[in-house]
Amino acid sequence: MSGIPHDHYEPKTRFEKWLHQRLPIVGLIYDTIMIPTPKNLNWMWIWGIVLAFCLVLQIVTGIILAMHYTPHVDLAFASVEHIMRDVNAGHMLRYIHANGASLFFLAVYIHIFRGLYYGSYKSPREVTWIIGMLIYLAMMATAFMGYVLPWGQMSFWGATVITGLFGAIPFIGESLQTWLLGGPAVDNATLNRFFSLHYLLPFIIAALVAVHIWAFHTTGNSNPTGVEVRRGSKEEAEKDTLPFWPYFVIKDLFALAVVLLLFFAVVGFMPNFLGEPDNYIEANPLMTPAHIVPEWYFLPFYAILRAFTADVWVVQIASFLTGGIVDAKFFGVIAMFGAIIVMALVPWLDTSSVRSGRYRPMFKWWFAFLVVDFIVLMWAGSQKPSDVMGWISLIAAAYWFAYFLVVLPLLGLIEKPLPTPKTIEEDFNAHYGDAHNAPAE
Amino acid sequence: MSHVEDHDSVRRDFLYYATAGVGAVATGAAVWPLINQMNPSADVQALSSILVPIDAIEVGEQITVKWRGKPVFIRRRDQDDIDLARSVKLEELVDPIARNANLPPDAPATDENRTLDENGEWLVEMGVCTHLGCVPLGNKAGDFGGWFCPCHGSHYDSAGRIRKGPAPRNLDVPIAKFFDEQTIQLG
Repeated sequence: MSGIPHDHYEPKTRFEKWLHQRLPIVGLIYDTIMIPTPKNLNWMWIWGIVLAFCLVLQIVTGIILAMHYTPHVDLAFASVEHIMRDVNAGHMLRYIHANGASLFFLAVYIHIFRGLYYGSYKSPREVTWIIGMLIYLAMMATAFMGYVLPWGQMSFWGATVITGLFGAIPFIGESLQTWLLGGPAVDNATLNRFFSLHYLLPFIIAALVAVHIWAFHTTGNSNPTGVEVRRGSKEEAEKDTLPFWPYFVIKDLFALAVVLLLFFAVVGFMPNFLGEPDNYIEANPLMTPAHIVPEWYFLPFYAILRAFTADVWVVQIASFLTGGIVDAKFFGVIAMFGAIIVMALVPWLDTSSVRSGRYRPMFKWWFAFLVVDFIVLMWAGSQKPSDVMGWISLIAAAYWFAYFLVVLPLLGLIEKPLPTPKTIEEDFNAHYGDAHNAPAE
Repeated sequence: MSHVEDHDSVRRDFLYYATAGVGAVATGAAVWPLINQMNPSADVQALSSILVPIDAIEVGEQITVKWRGKPVFIRRRDQDDIDLARSVKLEELVDPIARNANLPPDAPATDENRTLDENGEWLVEMGVCTHLGCVPLGNKAGDFGGWFCPCHGSHYDSAGRIRKGPAPRNLDVPIAKFFDEQTIQLG
């Protein structure tokens, strides 16, 4: 499958030959799991496996929860309590599902930032990156709709605020919002369709994951040096790579075990740590909770949404240029989606020919600042709005856009990168010694 | 190219476009119900107009009813409320527009333009803060003797007009009228 020369599947027994002529499925699986993988991959390359595990975990626990859940405004909250109290091990399944979403997003953020640091998005892996961004968007939609299902106060008011964003779109906003909700406000029609779509989207994510893997198996994995695997001959390629099975599968499973140790510590001992207490109060359309906050994984983008108030000059210019069509509320919505769009366009915004941040002395600092910026935005999104918080959010949001739209395009032109190793083998031997020439133990 | 061939290719092109056109229309017609089903259903639309009995509301009392999935405040204001609201000059208001769905969109936000009756006893308004959609607290709450939104600190006066805080507009007055002396019709 990949362009790296390697051994292909040869059917040996009579049955294997018989099947291979009719359906080459064993060959497909063999080539997929035996893919030559750069042997210098570090621990940041384990998050793909964690993510695949999360998807399976969420689908399995989700299907089970759906067997006991009732998507109706009068029964939803009670059916979740039924799961918590009456269903055998129901509380554990629900806590795993709820915290599983958090693990999923933790892993996807580390995975994305790994890609941003090591330049995994650069040619020829743009398509892998774009599909990854689509998966991320689908994950956000799934998580948002899943959070509505328990029909607590935060479910209801979160849904009201987020669907209200669509109402901010000029001209069509109000009809679009009514169409999404199935009525003038969040109600039974909304809950029912969110349940249906929450069940559907994970399978679309699974399909996108298959295409994501297909894409990077075609180009080959990226690696910490950003240097491509040599493809001149099989012997040359084998100096740079090892097969995915068993070398990387075992490594990844070990990492997964460590991650799951922490995950189950949270599930077992502090299952509500990441949740909002208000969501244990049943939804009440006539009473608003004092402080509406989204789940932690949406906070950075929530902060960007709130940062652009009517007194910010870019908002005033946009409002003036469009004759008032783009107001502060709509500008905030554009900024929130724009923050993800600029990230999706990074393969074309980064002008540097060097892939890995390891060999880019100036880039390193700007990138470290982006990580800090993301955490600041996350914190700002959790705070009650005030003048000071408004300024912090605005400056942090401005840096997010500046990193992608100004820093990355300019850095490629002014930065002098450090020399990169000629081959992956050279980098590997510099770290771990030359295994071939070392004496046997 | 012969005349006959040219004629043939025009005929073939026409068939391609006609088939594609008809196919597109058929696909659109098939997809439309799948999209339209998400719009409000008949039973949801049937609730777009409701009757609210008001004979049990004493002077100075307020009720909250759910209409189109959102809270509506119906307040029978006392003389203090009315005097307070009518003493305010238009220049003091953050939002000088009445926001009353029963009046022209540019009607000024005088107290008379906000209330349901001429005496100003009955005030009907949406219980939805115009900032981010929270439900304000009532019964002379806030600095202006009206409503106060606990989410982000918007103060509304006794006519439901925004006076202080981040909310941009006065509380919306929905389409409402007296059905009879004891009943208000919403919608």
